[in-house]
Amino acid sequence: MEAATTPARTAPPPTKKRKTDRAKAERKLAWLLCAPAVIAMLLVTGYPIVYAFYLSLQKFDLRFPDDKEFVGLSNYADVLSSSTWWNDVLTTVLITVVSVSIELVLGMLIALVMHLAIFGRGPVRATILIPYGIVTVVAAFAWRYAFDPTSGFVFGLPLVPDDWQPLNTREGSLFVIIMAEVWKTTPFMALLLLAGLALVPDELHEAAKVDGASTLQRFFRITLPLMRPAILVALLFRTLDAFRIFDNIFIIQPGGALGTESVSILGYNVLINRVNLGLGSAISILIFLCVILIAVLFVKGLGTSTAQQRGET
Amino acid sequence: MHNTAKERTLWSIGILVVLLYALIPVAWITSLSFKTPEEVADRKFFSGFSFDNYDVVFSDDTFIAALINSIGIAGIATLISIVLAAMAAYATSRLDFTGKTLILSGALAVAMFPPISIVGSLFEMWRAIGIYDTWIGLIIPYMTFTLPLAIYTLSAFFREIPWELEQAAQVDGATPFQAFRKIIVPLAAPGVFTAAILVFIFAWNDFIFANTLTSTDAARTVPAALAFFTGASQFEQPIGAIAAASVVVTIPIIIMVLIFQRRIVAGLTAGAVKG
Repeated sequence: MEAATTPARTAPPPTKKRKTDRAKAERKLAWLLCAPAVIAMLLVTGYPIVYAFYLSLQKFDLRFPDDKEFVGLSNYADVLSSSTWWNDVLTTVLITVVSVSIELVLGMLIALVMHLAIFGRGPVRATILIPYGIVTVVAAFAWRYAFDPTSGFVFGLPLVPDDWQPLNTREGSLFVIIMAEVWKTTPFMALLLLAGLALVPDELHEAAKVDGASTLQRFFRITLPLMRPAILVALLFRTLDAFRIFDNIFIIQPGGALGTESVSILGYNVLINRVNLGLGSAISILIFLCVILIAVLFVKGLGTSTAQQRGET
Repeated sequence: MHNTAKERTLWSIGILVVLLYALIPVAWITSLSFKTPEEVADRKFFSGFSFDNYDVVFSDDTFIAALINSIGIAGIATLISIVLAAMAAYATSRLDFTGKTLILSGALAVAMFPPISIVGSLFEMWRAIGIYDTWIGLIIPYMTFTLPLAIYTLSAFFREIPWELEQAAQVDGATPFQAFRKIIVPLAAPGVFTAAILVFIFAWNDFIFANTLTSTDAARTVPAALAFFTGASQFEQPIGAIAAASVVVTIPIIIMVLIFQRRIVAGLTAGAVKG
């Protein structure tokens, strides 16, 4: 990685003054090059989120645009005291925890198959990228029609009762939603874990084998601990992503009916369907805070795990 | 050392299971797209083979408009973010300056941003300035995820480029522009191309912005058009037509993924593992 070091920087500078000039010019160029991207990112996220915070302090319903007035934090009080918000938080957490847990196990199995495969690694890697690349809405339709009693092939499978109506119950719908989410995103988890697996040195396994450790022992005592940072990074990406779940629910159970409403669906319903921008923006800001909280918790966990590893080696 | 017959069988089964896992839903939606309404109702995995649904979607103005919108919007968003990100990635991977990590971690933070948090304000702002339901009205919010992704993958690729070759070429008498064009561009092109494909896939996939910031054929992209697709009657879900439209938008992605899989995997994981 340090191949990028330019000869000019490694060569001893003739005078101190020239070095600072050069460093200054380099820094200036760097900032000039980064400025457009940085400004663009700040504008497209920073400005709208500040505006969302401003809107969240207003009573602002587009059906009654003239009633717009400053109401302080009362929208937040309304959201936080409603059972809908808390039910949706629970539903979102349930979907997130269940799907990310299944993805971790499945992703690890797929990563191990790819890592240890003696043949066919290329085709497997190419094929598992298909769920990752496919449009989420398309995949959601595939799952919905598979479990819809008027069209679904699953009803022809053994052990599936012919009169099962999964999309008419909360549990059934959540099952299909989680299945769609797991199918689509496990490949990403598997690829991140595969990259982590590649970092585990073979010599450790050989040494443990000589000492008589079984395959399972080696997996749990060597592979898993060494992969901890890779696992945490994969979990961080996927948890934040799953917490934002929207597309799958929107298609599989339109409107988040039957208690399948996630916080993002709730935000959409209030902002776009009920055009209540004040209340909806309060929900938007609360979701934003949840995401920050999850990220902070993970980054803390990641920090301690890398620190531990550095201490060990 | 793994080559006993038993182990080969075991791995073959493992690989087969993974392949089935990835392909069953794709095969299912493809099969649905070839079914007539009667065959849809028979609930078999495969039945019938007619192109009627494809005739329906390709004679549907809404779908054609959505396809053009998707290609145009995702394409322009990709182009802009790759140009901006390439400059930033060049700086972070080759130049020495304080704030380098700040930019990379900032990009990562932006990538984690929940889109639902800004759709409300964008909806209000875009209507006020008149870019609601336009291409530019979608291209701008797409920067929230295309820019960080492009910066991350491009920085990872650029770090691997042996930049000394540029100086070497100049020592050998090449002008700076020649050195850049003949040495650096060919070395950087595959990485830039891979990043562009990844970014395009993400933009092509977006549903939440397309759903909230458009209302007509003027800017509605395929995922949003699919969600609002209605059949001849309100009560009939046009399953076959939705499936056919789904297959049409999936084919280009599958082709890109299969051709560039090795580089895509490198691009996807490089940033995450090194960061």
